[in-house]
Amino acid sequence: MNRFSYVRPDAVAAAVRERASDPGARFIAGGTNLLDLMKYDVEAPSRLIDITRLPLRDIQELDGGLRIGALVPNSDLAYDRRIEERYPLLASAILAGASPQLRNMATTGGNLLQRTRCVYFYDTATPCNKRTPGSGCSAIGGINRQHAILGASEHCIATNPSDMGVALAALRASVRVAGPDGERTIPFSEFHRLPGDEPQRDNNLAADELILSVDLPAEHFAINYTYLKLRERLSYAFALVSVAAALRLEDGKIAEARLALGGVAHKPWRDEAAEELLRGQPAERASFEQAAGQILSGARGFGENDFKIELARRAVVRALEQAAAGTPQSQSDKRVQ
Amino acid sequence: MQATETDPRPGNGTGEPGPIPVVLTINGTERRLEVEPWTTLLDLLRERLDLTGSKKGCDHGQCGACTVLVDDRRVNACLTLAVMLDGASVTTVEGLAQDGQLHPVQDAFVEHDAFQCGYCTPGQICSAVGLLKEGRARSDDEIRELMSGNLCRCGAYVNIVAAVRQVMDGTGAGR
Repeated sequence: MNRFSYVRPDAVAAAVRERASDPGARFIAGGTNLLDLMKYDVEAPSRLIDITRLPLRDIQELDGGLRIGALVPNSDLAYDRRIEERYPLLASAILAGASPQLRNMATTGGNLLQRTRCVYFYDTATPCNKRTPGSGCSAIGGINRQHAILGASEHCIATNPSDMGVALAALRASVRVAGPDGERTIPFSEFHRLPGDEPQRDNNLAADELILSVDLPAEHFAINYTYLKLRERLSYAFALVSVAAALRLEDGKIAEARLALGGVAHKPWRDEAAEELLRGQPAERASFEQAAGQILSGARGFGENDFKIELARRAVVRALEQAAAGTPQSQSDKRVQ
Repeated sequence: MQATETDPRPGNGTGEPGPIPVVLTINGTERRLEVEPWTTLLDLLRERLDLTGSKKGCDHGQCGACTVLVDDRRVNACLTLAVMLDGASVTTVEGLAQDGQLHPVQDAFVEHDAFQCGYCTPGQICSAVGLLKEGRARSDDEIRELMSGNLCRCGAYVNIVAAVRQVMDGTGAGR
């Protein structure tokens, strides 16, 4: 790990000023991803701004929804009674990710900012456009079993590794941030970016902006939902494909549908056209297959990950069946029903 | 330099790396230490304080051998900067026994032969203590899932689950 200086501001404005004054500085909270990257020399900050003492640790009521402070640890969020009762999709997605130790450390804001787990991004001996813009993409034509099938570019086929983010996409959360000029709110769907020709940019947060909270809207989807995660082993692995599905049913028909995929793109992948296709349809397999076809209509494999297209199609159908039946995937009994 | 609680030494916070004073309670004893900001909790414990029970396996948060309790919550010491813990209480495997008596989880690991080479064991035990404090596991499936952050390359998992289950059920022969 490189040498760096350390500061611990006690107010948001001071933290933002610290960041603005030093382009090489990084915020640190849980540190589970940043310190890992620093040990691989992928990140080498000049200064760490410890934000863990900022007053961003509460979960508050917000017009029928909830405002989750950026520093709420993943485990506290997943086990918060309001989240368990009102947003079980979010609780389930969080518990599908990482390990208990990491969830105790990792924060809500940090989860949104975790970098890709592409092996080439981590390996400083190989070209990577995300790590070193212009150097090339080693994953195209390389080891790419974990890589994107949607929204990739010729410059980068990395995926966003978050589970929590897939649920937040489906729930249409928003992200409240603070910068030198004040606060703004970014819809979750516009927070992360596709790689395009700037794969070094994971999201639309400015360098000197700090996440304050993730805000959940009033619609909960507490009855018909599931988070289905498929991976190489039963626990503690990143998704090959994951699906967050949520439905509101009226008389056997779908009144409202939410569908997002993880492990398949540079951002949690939500397709409004697929959600629109489901609206008004009977909650049955034929409808689900149509939606799966829509959400994967632009999918493209890169060799080793070709299988993910069919895997994702089947996972979408299965997840919508689980949601419609009100039998969400258990995150401890891993059998997929 | 903006107001910070810990900026007592000139140079820190202004761009110059250097040691920073912290107060940590480690296994019940308050320690006043100066640590470089890049020192992980794991390196502090092992290299400075001779508490070598916590193991360095992967050093990347993937194996759980470094698991300790910080303010009663299990964390990976390898991904924790010591300087960020100023004021916190840390319990390692060396701090679990009380008054010469092994912790019930330690007793259960012995009773169930829940290890072979023993390298992952301090992390497994600290993780199990954390799991029991959290109180979320009920079934064996849940124990397995909530112990998944600790790898055992010898494959003693079956006996580890049995040991955790025994303490959870309060059926141990020990205290």
